[in-house]
Parts: sequence; structure tokens; C-alpha cells
Amino acid sequence: MKQIIIILSMLFAGQLVAQTKYETGMQKGLEQFAAVKSVEDMAAASAFFERIADAEKDKWLPYYYAAYANHLTGWMNPKADKDKVAEKSKDLLSKAEALERNAETYCMRQMIAIQQMTVDPMSRWQTYGTEAGNALAEARKIDAANPRIYLLDGQTLMNTPEAFGGGKAVAKKLFEKAVELFGSFKPASPIHPTWGKDQATQLLAACQ
Amino acid sequence: MFALSKQRAMKKSIIALLILVPFLAGAQVKITGSVKDHKGRILAGANIVVKGSYDGGVSDSTGHFSFKTYEKGKQVVVATNMGNKTVEQEVTIDTTIISIDFVLKEEISELKAVTVTAGSFEAGDKKKAATVLSSLDVYTTGGANADISAVVKTLPGAQQVGEQEGLFVRGGAGYEAKQFIDGTLVNNPFLASVPDIASRGRFAPALFKGTIFSTGGYSALYGQALSSALIMESIDIPDRSEVSASISALLLGAGLQKVAKDKKSSWGGNYGYTNLAAYFGIVKQQPEYFRMPDFHTADLNFRTKTKTGGMVKYYSTFGSSDLGLRRANIDDPTLKNAFGLNNLNWYHNLSWRDNLGNGWKMNLGLGYSIDVNKIDQQIQNQQNQKVTTGQPWIDNSNFNINTRSDLSQVKAVFDKRLSGISVIRFGGEYMYFYNRSTFNNFKALLPDHFKALFSEADLYITNDLAAKVGARFEHSSLINKANIAPRLSLAYKTGKGAQMSVAYGEFYQKPENTYLYSTTNFGYSKATHYIANYIKNTTLQTFRIEAFYKKYDGLVKTYPVMNNAGAGDAKGIELFWRDKKTFKGLDYWVSYSYLDTKRDFLNYPKELQPTFAANHTASFVMKRFISKINTGFNFTYSYATGRPYYNLQQSGAQFIIADQGKTMDYHNLGFSFNYLTSLGKAYAVIVGSVTNVLNSKQVFGYNYSYNGARKEAITPPAPQFFFLGVFLSWGVDRRQDAINNNL
Repeated sequence: MKQIIIILSMLFAGQLVAQTKYETGMQKGLEQFAAVKSVEDMAAASAFFERIADAEKDKWLPYYYAAYANHLTGWMNPKADKDKVAEKSKDLLSKAEALERNAETYCMRQMIAIQQMTVDPMSRWQTYGTEAGNALAEARKIDAANPRIYLLDGQTLMNTPEAFGGGKAVAKKLFEKAVELFGSFKPASPIHPTWGKDQATQLLAACQ
Repeated sequence: MFALSKQRAMKKSIIALLILVPFLAGAQVKITGSVKDHKGRILAGANIVVKGSYDGGVSDSTGHFSFKTYEKGKQVVVATNMGNKTVEQEVTIDTTIISIDFVLKEEISELKAVTVTAGSFEAGDKKKAATVLSSLDVYTTGGANADISAVVKTLPGAQQVGEQEGLFVRGGAGYEAKQFIDGTLVNNPFLASVPDIASRGRFAPALFKGTIFSTGGYSALYGQALSSALIMESIDIPDRSEVSASISALLLGAGLQKVAKDKKSSWGGNYGYTNLAAYFGIVKQQPEYFRMPDFHTADLNFRTKTKTGGMVKYYSTFGSSDLGLRRANIDDPTLKNAFGLNNLNWYHNLSWRDNLGNGWKMNLGLGYSIDVNKIDQQIQNQQNQKVTTGQPWIDNSNFNINTRSDLSQVKAVFDKRLSGISVIRFGGEYMYFYNRSTFNNFKALLPDHFKALFSEADLYITNDLAAKVGARFEHSSLINKANIAPRLSLAYKTGKGAQMSVAYGEFYQKPENTYLYSTTNFGYSKATHYIANYIKNTTLQTFRIEAFYKKYDGLVKTYPVMNNAGAGDAKGIELFWRDKKTFKGLDYWVSYSYLDTKRDFLNYPKELQPTFAANHTASFVMKRFISKINTGFNFTYSYATGRPYYNLQQSGAQFIIADQGKTMDYHNLGFSFNYLTSLGKAYAVIVGSVTNVLNSKQVFGYNYSYNGARKEAITPPAPQFFFLGVFLSWGVDRRQDAINNNL
């Protein structure tokens, strides 16, 4: 009897520990991510997520965050070679996509494409602008209630001239929708993406 | 009681143990070290991890890393860095600090590898590193009027020749440069030729996703061009369906492009009508037009993706043109030369590229084109009636020529990927040229079965060193001669974004039909190219310097006998600088070409600098898009030193130079603007353009009277050309268009 209890509890505990290892690892990563103060910190956060991802092998989230953090280094460092950063972001993201393609991964595709477009917008909007637009269209097909889709779409439109259907007025509607959706948005787990609410609120205010 | 408490205590200890297990497994052990590449250069940002765990670190800017791990015993430590091969190192983790120095070899990748670039300018988005001009640039180059060749003329190597169409590259004549679409030769890339006036190219820039302007040393896949190849790759499936229209005083056009819902296929067509009557009414032309230039153009396309990731594309253009112009006769000013031209051209191109699996790729091209010209040249009196003077040198200008040239061709290229990213490529082509001409009542026929076999390899020895080695075999049934042309180029990366290339190649071309109609007892003309260049590229800046030497053999002589006894050479240095970075929102490029060339060909009495070669040519192109007013302003300034001209007169058994000189320097400032807006539901672009804004006098050469007593300058039909038009399109997702710099 005693032995059975011990074995059972050990089995149970073992499983508990295994699960916690991933979750605590991710929690630790997200804390590290939230506390980032420099480009180096951001790159370290990306590398940490990448290590979790490589160890776990079947989880898309750590690859997603690794790609996201890496993507952000491209904006944080004004001197960064954005094409090079984007190549790495894409490499990480494609590993996430190999496990699961969802609205979040498509949103990330859009962000990476926009980053590459900004290198030389006049000659790149045709390729990267289209890539970005297609990615958001795919995201919308999968989960039209994801608030980040509207945040990203709004951001793009806010910086598009009015003559081409952009401008603050059009973007405002999208930010309103994003803020509304953020209000009711429930991530699938504590470690699923939740970012963007503050950004949407700020951008909405900037559109007023 | 005791038993119970013992049990409880044990439970507690089990729980404590379970919780503490991961933490009690031992103290942390530090792992440190460094990461470098095979050349000893520091690699920052490499990720080091104890395999299977989360424990690891990142190498810092000095290449060092340090982290702690709980893992024990035999473990594998892995170092990864994008662009390098991953390295694994087995270690036994005990209690002492472990130090590992990683050396990561570079991975040979298309992204980082050097590209063989000697002699070629790549335009388009395909390869980021080599991009110099994008197809958008063709539309936004001031004064180029969306003509691909006009934009190519702003690149180093090309001459500013304004009296005839064609690209005159590095001392080569216009017919020594050939154009290719999706791998197959285009027989008549320009609108029908008019004496002393350059014609536009037939193809709209929007058709192409990339253009490579090769000024020499190009791939064994292309032949029959002594000096240059303009290689154009057509677009695949467009992003969206759209309807378009263009309106101006000169032209009216409409188009439709339909993309299937699954984006796997598309079809479309365009029609355009151009008539210069109204324009010539406002802007006076020097020749007197008795048949107003009038053009119909139509095109059709169909594109579909194959199941294996390939693509089938069909493209066809139809064009017809008609014009007639009179100029004063140079020998007798009381007479006029009346030139009438009617042209019909139909071009078809079917291409199929596909993956055959196992690293094999295939490119098939089929082409058929027909070009019919009816030329009627008359000597007329002041009443515009045809006259015969009894003086043969004047009456020679009374003639009719009807020509028809057909080209049917098939080309197959197979690619096999070798180890790494090296590729071997081989294939063949067969072309059947059928040229028929009726000069007055004299009929002539020139059929040619032309075959070629070629093979080449792109060898990437390291990321820093690449070679392209190839050879081409050709046989023409018309002249019944064969040739073998070797090609070789090497590229070496000298630093970040910097590389040096050298190229060598032999190029053969059969004589032009004009001469073959007289006799087919000809061999090939031959050019041997030696090129060396240095390029420094960053994403927004390109610097390039190139030096070349070209030797010509077997050039066509027309006097004293028709043969291949001509020869010559060309050497020069060219510079190119493009910068989108220094001035925000301003994109500009500068090109300069120095050319020193002489050749003995046609009726030249000795080696002379040909009339189509200037010693110094320079262009300055500038464009600025001002987002606030949605308008782009584009300026192009081109300069060339004077070109030589000769009056070659027959004197006894030879031609002598009766008169010679150099034309005045050439200046041309072109301007255009494009205003982007919307009209109703349509996305609209209003385009205005002027050539020769400063109204500089332009002289391209001189024509001489038969006796040499009179000479007349060859000038453009009008000093300036104006264009104002509106281009409309519907159905475009406008939000993606023209996203500006602010993002």
C-alpha cells in the first residue's frame, strides 16, 4: 500500500515537475523579456526562448517569443541591419510555424515583412507590403477576434498617405476595434501572447 | 500514533524531496568559453546551450560566454549562430568550471555567398545584394518616358546615341546588344526603325520583375551578342485583379488583369492606341509628316502555377505602326525624300519552369515572332510627286523594301544542384530564322537553322570565393560555320558587402542580314572580353568600379570585298554610385564611363573611332518623393563628349576620309513628376515629363551630300518631348501601395 502510494505520487510529481519546468522556464523568460533594458538584454531573452524551444522541440510558443524578441532588437537598435535581423526572425518563426500556424504566427510574419520594407520603402513596398498584407489576411481567416491583427493593420494604415486609403481616420477605427477586442481577449494560457493593449490605447489616443 | 506520525513525516519528506529534487541535484557548474569563426573572427550573439536543457548563454561582443548549469555527467554543449555550421561538443560536467572554445565554420548560403557580378547590373528584387535598379525605377527616371532602354542608358557602359535605337555598349554597335525575355531571344525588341530617329522599345516595364543589364562577360546561356545582353524576366502571378486605363493627348489605353481566387493562375490583356497627330499639331517637328505616326499595340498573357511549384507563362504582343515623313533632299534642296513605313509585329513567348525533384530544375522556352515591314522611299518634287532625276546617287533613293522576318525557337535549360549551393546548368537551343526581303523587284531569302549547346557551373568554393565556368557551342546553317565560346568569371569577397570579380569570355555573332543578303560567305565576328571590377554594397548604397578590355576580330567589311577582315578593340573604366541614404528621402545615382575604342569595319579605310562612341559619358539621376503632397520629382542629366563623324568617299580602289570632325558635346536634362492620387474609386497617377528641359542643342552626327559639298546635322525631330497623362487603375488594394518612409 505504502509502496503504491509512493510510486503513484512519484509518478504524479514527476509529471508535475516536467510540466512546471516548461512553464516556469517560460515564465522566467517572459519576466526577463519584460525587464529588458538594452538591445543585449533583448537578444539574451530571444536566445533564452530559443534554448527552451530547442529543448522542448514540440512547443511553438518559445520559438514565437524568440522570433518576437529578436524582431524587436531590429527596432531597438537604430543601426541594426534590419534585413539580417529579419532573416533570423524568419528562421525562428518558421520553426514555430512548422509546429503550428495560427493568427499569432501570421501577425509576426506581417511585423517582420514591415520591418524589411522600411529599409527601402519606395522600392520594397511592392514585395514586402504585399507580403505583410497577405499575412494579416491569413491571420484574419484563422482568428478574426485576435486584437493584434487590428493593431498591426492600424499601424500600417496610420503611416499610409490618405490618398491611398490610409491616414489617421481609417487607422482610428482599427485601433478602436483592437482596444475593444483587447478588453475581452483571454489568452489560451498565462504564457500565450497578450501584448499590444497599451500600444493600441496609445495609438488610438494619437489618432484623436 | 507513532505509526501515523511516522507515516506523516515520511509523506512530508517525500513531498519535500520531490520539490527539491531538481534543485538538490547538485550545485551549479559554470561553463565559459569563446566563439570564433574559422578565420578567428569573433562571433557575437551565438547561442550556447547544454543540449536538452534550458541552460545556456549568448556570446558577447568580445565573443565570450559564461553561464551556469545544473546538468551533470556526460552532456553535449551546442553552439549555434545563424550563417554558421552548428558545433556540438561533448563534456563531462562534474564540479569544476568547464571552458570551451568553439570554432564555427561558415555555412555556404545563397544569402551570404558572393555573387559573380563582373559586367552585369542586376535590376529587380530577386537578389538583394545585386539590386541596382528596380522596375519602379524605370517609371520614375526623369525624361526616360518609361522606356527600359532609356533608363539603361543612364548606367555605365551605355552610350547616349539618339539617332538610332539600340544599346551601344562599350564601343559596340546597336545590333551587338541583344535582348532576352525569360531566356529566349527577342528578334525585334524596338519599334520599326526610322532613319535618324531612335525608336522606343516594344515592351512595357511593368511586365518585368527584373532586368539584368550585362555589359560583357555574361553567361554561356546567351549568345549571338558581341557586346551586351539585356536579360529580362517577366513577372509571375500579379497580386490582385485590376482594370486599368491610360489617357493622354498621345495615347489611349485600357487593360484588364484577372487573378484566380486561389492566386494560382491569372490572365489579362491590354490594348493601346497612339496617334501623334494632335501632339505634332502643337509641338512642331522638323520632318514634315505626311502620314501621322499611328500605333496599335495589344498584348495578352496567361500564367499558371504547376503542382510541383513551377510556373507556365504565356505572353504575346501585337503591334502595328504606320508613319510617313519628308525631309529636304541633301543633294538637291528643291527635292524631298519621302519615307513611308508600315510595320506589323507579333511576338509570342511561352515558358515553363519546374522542379523535377532531386535537385533538378528545368526551364523551357518556346518563342515565335513575326515582323513585317513595308518601306516606300521616294524622291519627290515640291508638289510631292515622285520624280526621277537621271542622277543615280539621287535616284538610288527611289525604292521599295518589303521585309518579313520570322523567328521560331525552343530553348531548354536544366539545373542540377550539387553539394552546398553549387549548381551545374546545361541545355540547348534551336532557332529557325526565316528572313525574306523584296528590294524593288529583287527577292532574297535567308533561312537559318541555328543550334547551340551550352553548359556552365556556378561553383561556390567558400562563401568568399565563387566561380562561374561555362562554354557554348553554336552552329549556323546559313553561314555553315560553328564556334565554341568559353566563359569564365571569378568573384572574391574582400570584406563586408565588398567584392572583386574578374571575367573572361569569348562572344560570337553572325553578320547582320543586310550583309548576308549580298553573300553568305561569312564567318562569325568575335569579341573577347576581359573585365575586372570592385563593388561595395550596403543596403542603401552601391559603389562600383569596373575596367575592361575588349578585342574584336572578324568584324564585317563591306569594302573592298565583303568579308570578316575587320578588327578593333575597346578599353575603358566605368564608375557607378547610388545612394539612398545620405539625404533622407532623396535617391540619386551617378555613372561615368570612359571609353577608348577604334575599329576597322564596313567601309572604314582604317581603324577609326566609330561614330557611335563618345570618349566620356556621364549621367546623374535624382529622384525625390514628397509624401506630404504625394508627388515624386525626377531629374536625369546626361552628358557625353562629342562623337566623331566622317565623310567616307570612294576614291579609286578605296574609301578615303574626305571630311571628319567631332560633334558638339551632348547635354540632356530630363524631368518628370508623378502625382499619386485617387479619382473616384480609381487609383490614379498623373505623370508629366519633359526631355531636354534646358533646350540644349543636340547634334548626333552629320549627313553628307554625294559630292561632299553639303553637310547637314542629324538632330532630334524636335528639341524637346512633352508628355502629360493619367494612368488609372481600379481594384487595386490601395492601402499597400506607396507606403511611405514614415513606417
